Amino acid sequence: MRVLIAEDEPNILTSLEFLMRNCDYEVRVARDGEEALRTAQDWLPDLLLLDVMMPLCNGFEVCRRLRDNPATRAVKIVMLTAHGRDAQIERGLALGADAYITKPFSNKDLIARVRGLLE
Amino acid sequence: MLETWVVIVIAFAYLALLFAIAYYADQRADAGRSVINSPYIYSLSLAVYATAWTFYGSVGRAAENGVGFLPIYIGPTLMIALWWVVMRKILRISKQNRITSLADFVASRYGKSALLGGVVTVIAVIGILPYISLQLKAVSASFTTVAGAVPGLGDTALWVALILAAFTILFGTRHIDTAEHHEGMVAAVAFESLVKLLAFVAVGAWVTWGLYRGFGDIFARVAAEPALSPMLAPFGGVGGDYSSWIWLTMLSMLAIMFLPRQFQVTVIENKNEDHLRKAIWLFPLYMLAINVFVLPIAFGGLLHFPSGSVDADSFVLTLPMSQKQELLTLVVFIGGLSAATGMVIVETIALSTMVCNDLVMPVLLRMRALRLNQRADLTGLLLGIRRGAIVLILLLGYLYFKLAGEAYALVSIGLISFAAVAQFAPAALGGIFWKGGTRRGALAGLSAGFLVWCYTLLLPAFARSAWLPIGFLEHGPFGIELLKPLALFGVSGLDQITHAMIWSMVANVGAYVAVSLLHAPGAEEHRQATLFVDVFKRPADAGGARVWRGSASAPELFNLLARFVGLRAASDAFAEFSKKPLPEAELVHLVENQLAGVIGAASAHIMLASVVKEEALTLDEVRAVLDEASQIVVYSHRLEQKSQELERATQELRAANERLTELDRMKDEFVSTVSHELRTPLTSIRSFTEILNDNPQLPAAERARFLGIVIKETERLTRLIGQVLDVSRLESGRVEWHESLLDMREVIEDTAASTSQLFRERNVRLECNLPGRVPKVRADLDRIVQVVVNLLSNAVKFIEPGQGRVEVALAEDGGFLRVDVRDNGPGISPQHHELIFEKFRQAGDPLTGKPQGSGLGLYISRRIIEHSGGRLWVESRPGQGACFSFTLPLVSEAALAA
Repeated sequence: MRVLIAEDEPNILTSLEFLMRNCDYEVRVARDGEEALRTAQDWLPDLLLLDVMMPLCNGFEVCRRLRDNPATRAVKIVMLTAHGRDAQIERGLALGADAYITKPFSNKDLIARVRGLLE
Repeated sequence: MLETWVVIVIAFAYLALLFAIAYYADQRADAGRSVINSPYIYSLSLAVYATAWTFYGSVGRAAENGVGFLPIYIGPTLMIALWWVVMRKILRISKQNRITSLADFVASRYGKSALLGGVVTVIAVIGILPYISLQLKAVSASFTTVAGAVPGLGDTALWVALILAAFTILFGTRHIDTAEHHEGMVAAVAFESLVKLLAFVAVGAWVTWGLYRGFGDIFARVAAEPALSPMLAPFGGVGGDYSSWIWLTMLSMLAIMFLPRQFQVTVIENKNEDHLRKAIWLFPLYMLAINVFVLPIAFGGLLHFPSGSVDADSFVLTLPMSQKQELLTLVVFIGGLSAATGMVIVETIALSTMVCNDLVMPVLLRMRALRLNQRADLTGLLLGIRRGAIVLILLLGYLYFKLAGEAYALVSIGLISFAAVAQFAPAALGGIFWKGGTRRGALAGLSAGFLVWCYTLLLPAFARSAWLPIGFLEHGPFGIELLKPLALFGVSGLDQITHAMIWSMVANVGAYVAVSLLHAPGAEEHRQATLFVDVFKRPADAGGARVWRGSASAPELFNLLARFVGLRAASDAFAEFSKKPLPEAELVHLVENQLAGVIGAASAHIMLASVVKEEALTLDEVRAVLDEASQIVVYSHRLEQKSQELERATQELRAANERLTELDRMKDEFVSTVSHELRTPLTSIRSFTEILNDNPQLPAAERARFLGIVIKETERLTRLIGQVLDVSRLESGRVEWHESLLDMREVIEDTAASTSQLFRERNVRLECNLPGRVPKVRADLDRIVQVVVNLLSNAVKFIEPGQGRVEVALAEDGGFLRVDVRDNGPGISPQHHELIFEKFRQAGDPLTGKPQGSGLGLYISRRIIEHSGGRLWVESRPGQGACFSFTLPLVSEAALAA
């Protein structure tokens, strides 16, 4: 299974990368929105861990464009945000995200959600 | 010769009859059934114009000049044809303004001027005295002619004066309201007009057909007489020229209007304007009837009494006497008495009213010592003044008769009075047709005309009577020929009246027009002027009732305007109008315009529109509405002020609210941002501690790296919390400042030393170019260190590791010490130069990803520097590094010494 991680905070990226590899997923990373879009279209991951607050192209925009593109429409998307507001969650889900996780997250919960989506 | 006692008894009997008639008419009037409300009675009362002068004097003048007596009767006949234009207007004005006399009329026209009324009164009294003396002379002369001198009675004329005074008092001062009609007097005067006409016609008919055989016979005899034949030529004897005819005609045209007694019967006693219609042809008919027999009697007398043995003025009496026609003689005597008493009664009543109302009362009312204004009932006083005035006027008339009367024929005396009253014409006629005439103009004209009259007519009369030296007449005063009263400025060859009329009219009209043009009329004058001149623009029943009927009258508009804009402003607005008459529409527009400035265009328009559209608004209603409107204007003005205050308060509140909302929004955003910023390091810390916890078998190197991240993120969290607290404290002003004198060299060196680790890690070179010695500054050491650390760590943060270089410089700059922190990093685009000093705003570099830091450092630094009295700013361009500079004020020597 392929998991793409899009996150601009290097330390959080490191931890997410460690967790995904620890689950034996094939992992690639992206440090901004545009890189995330390119990698998603080229590599076609099964799941995308997507941070909302990113430079160049934020998570909502990435999500919308992946859903608009038939090639990437099936990619499972888990959005990560430091904003715990309901409005943001709803917006993300309305754009077609499969799950929404607020920071700071519990590693177990995160892995459980990812596994649930990938099975 | 008749028995004296018979004549006296008959004369008194006649006077008693007159009084009975007057008494009856007054009773009828009191009962509401007026006997004088008839155009015929009105026309007969106008015939008071024909006095003893006519009765006796016309024959005298005809005996002297042939048809030369005629202008005195042609004038009124011509004038009365114009009455529908002129007199109707005077009537209307007088009724609307409750005018009591000629003086009142003139005074009222020129702004109700008491002074002008007084002047008119004085001129009238002095001018009319010769005329009254003429009547006394005629009555006493006729009495003496008929009954002979009465031994032991003394001067007949004095008795006549006193008896007439008593009679006038009986007739004229029974009522106090002078604007009311003297119905008894009018009835008596009308009766007298009938009596004198019948008497004159009787003697005329007797002379023509009794003494001679008709007109043809008399004229044939005159033509046959060489001494008399020239008198048949039309202009045979009248001063030899046409100008005298013209001037005498004009003079009598004016006299018929402005003799006080004529004004009295024509205007004051008029019951109905429509009576004028019949009077216009009835009065000339009367004039014709009473003049038909003048020439026959005159020629009869001249033929009968050749060689001038008998005074021509007495022909009407002496002819029947010479033929022993006793009854006819008595009838003629009664006719002459009628003519004289009618004139004296009406004239003195008119004059006494003027003297009382326009001369004595204004003076008395101004004398505060008399406290007249506190007296409730002035009736007795008024009647007393009038009665006193009647006696005084008749006695003065007698005095004039004694002084000057003997020197002149009846007609000449009368003409002197005519010339005096003619002086009223410019002011009175100008007043009803010309709005530009002013009070000063009227005063100047009247005075000038009257002075010329005195000089050219009155003084010569005195001189002829040897009351003044006769040399004054022949050589001029002080021998100045140019000032000869009878040939002023060398104008000679005219008869005396013509000469006086020309000069007095030139002076009068000239002064009236010139002075009027020189001065603008006052507000009251202007109001009255328009009221008089525009009297027909108001409806007939406008006693102030219905104002607007299709046309807006100027005085009402003026009043309207003055109530709102004040008198001065309204006068100013109307000043243009009086100079150059505007069409009415323009005036309405003008007023509307002015009103609009006060009560608003809409209200003004509605007001004016209702006025012009013949709405049945009375003046009082209009005033009420406008008063209300002005009240509303005041209220709405206050309301407007209040609402403006409220509006201001609301705006302030709204602004405050907006500031609060903005602050609230900023606080929310701050909290939200802070929470976001806190969550980021917390996320790493939680995640890695869970990883470390869940994976005890992790290799040692990895474990150490993860722990390092946790530590770093914890530090970041701590720093962030510190900064948030700093911001909170700085913004609420709860920071404690520990100020001391700082040597910035030391501060920079110490800070550079403490951050050297950071520079080494990033492999960035730090250069400090510090001068040997700088003045000290006063600031909080820890805070300034915080700023320098922030600037240095920012510089390091954004520089590409390896070839980076940061340079710190210190220098004096004006009264400040300036610190520059210059790097060779990526630089900052100009649109971000201010943005980066705001909270949580960072100029993120898209290539290097999200910048490190909370976004609070520069914000806090700027607050610290500004609090310390300096400035913090950045100069940079993308790709060329950035230079952050701050200044701190130098401490003055004086402060240092302290």
